Order: sequence, then structure tokens, then C-alpha cells
Amino acid sequence: MNDNAVEFDTEGVTRNFMFINRKAPYGTIYALEVLEAVLISAAFEQNAVIAFVDDGVFQIKKGQDTKAVNMKNFSPTYGIIEMEKEDADEDEDIDMVWRIVVEKESMEARGLTKDDFVVDVEVLDSAELAKLMAEQEMVISG
Amino acid sequence: MKFGILVNEGPFTHQASDSAYHFVKAAIEKGHQVMRVFFYYDGVNNATKLSEPQSDDRNLVKLWGELAAEHNLDLVVCVAAALRRGIKDENLADGFRISGLGQLIEVGIAADRLVVFGD
Repeated sequence: MNDNAVEFDTEGVTRNFMFINRKAPYGTIYALEVLEAVLISAAFEQNAVIAFVDDGVFQIKKGQDTKAVNMKNFSPTYGIIEMEKEDADEDEDIDMVWRIVVEKESMEARGLTKDDFVVDVEVLDSAELAKLMAEQEMVISG
Repeated sequence: MKFGILVNEGPFTHQASDSAYHFVKAAIEKGHQVMRVFFYYDGVNNATKLSEPQSDDRNLVKLWGELAAEHNLDLVVCVAAALRRGIKDENLADGFRISGLGQLIEVGIAADRLVVFGD
């Protein structure tokens, strides 16, 4: 144990977080653990962009069947992110803004379209995504 | 400047933990504040006291603990990531504590910069 534990007062502070998903869902643990971090961040009512680039776009592809690799199919959990986003959009008492973004080039290079995803996404090209990234204060990737 | 640090890779396989350690040390020496170091993904493996590198190599687990003791650094290991990798209080090295992911988001809100080490 350590005695250096500190607490920070974050009440009333809203910052811009970006979570960048770059990896396919099951080859490594990054997708699952980014998802866990995104879900926790909702409790702090921060602005968040959840972005999917490179093979990360496969994380939200419809019709995942993981039985053969004996891993938990966690793609339905992205629906919770979409619900959090919708709650934030509709509830005037919640200040946070959430965006779910897919990079156009990554999506097209893999033969996917907006209709192939389990959640409703904004499609941005890499220049637009770079601009959005530059506006962020905290970038967490996996 | 107030820094939050995120370490995303385990020791030895990857340089991320070494780089983070040197960054934290240099930042403190330059008079900056390191509010918290958070260990996530395989980064939680930096906190096992069962790590025994060869005697002529750097001992990262011990180095982190010593840095924490010297500068009252708050080294936090993510509980969910830790438990699935077998890091528990029983084998937690000196200087670390196990807590939730909220501690990462919290330091992200409070710090001027969150610096991430890993792929």
C-alpha cells in the first residue's frame, strides 16, 4: 500500500476527453479496456469523443460471433455508450456532450459503411478527425 | 505544470514504463507537479512485487516505489485490469495502491496535461 493517496475536487469542471479505438476487438485487450474507461467517464459527466480508427472500426461492426474464440462478445455494450450520448443530448441538466465518430478512410478501406455498425456514428475524414483531436484536452487511446 | 501520467504497458516487454519513469523524474526535477501515475492495461504489471529482474538490469517495480517514496507520488493501479492479470494486494509492491478507473478520469480532469505512455 502507499500513503500518498490524494483526491482532487473535480466538481463542476468539464473537460474534453477523446477515447481513440485503434485495434480490432478480440486480438488484444485494448478495445475492451478502453470501453471500460469510457463507461466510467460517464459518471464524471465529461465531454467525450469516442473515435474508431484503423482496425478499431471492427469493434462496432454488427453481427459479431465470438463463440469459436471463446471470448465474450462485448459489442452490445457499445449500445450503452449510445444511450449515454442520447441521455446527454436530451437531458438539459446534463452538460456533457458525447460524440461517436468513425474515421471515413478506415471505414472505407475495410469495405464498411455507416449501416454496418451497432451504433449510430458520425463519419469524419482524417483531416476533420485531426482537427477534432487538436481540440481535445485529454486523449486516451488503445 | 500539473501532469497526470498514464502507463499502458508492462515492464521490460515495452519501453513505455521506462519512458514514463524518466519523464516523471525529469518533470519533478524541473519543478513540475505529477498529480498521479495511473497504471492501466498491461501497465498494472509494473506493480507486482514478484518481479525479479537479473541483478545487472534495472528493477522498474522497485524504481517506481522508490520514486513514490521520495516524492510522495500517488501510484494507482486499475483494479479491474489488475485482478484479471493476477495483481492483488497480496503481491502489490511498495508504493502502489489499487483503485478504480475513476482515478484516471479524475486526474484527467484535474491535471493540465495527461501524458500517455504505451502503444
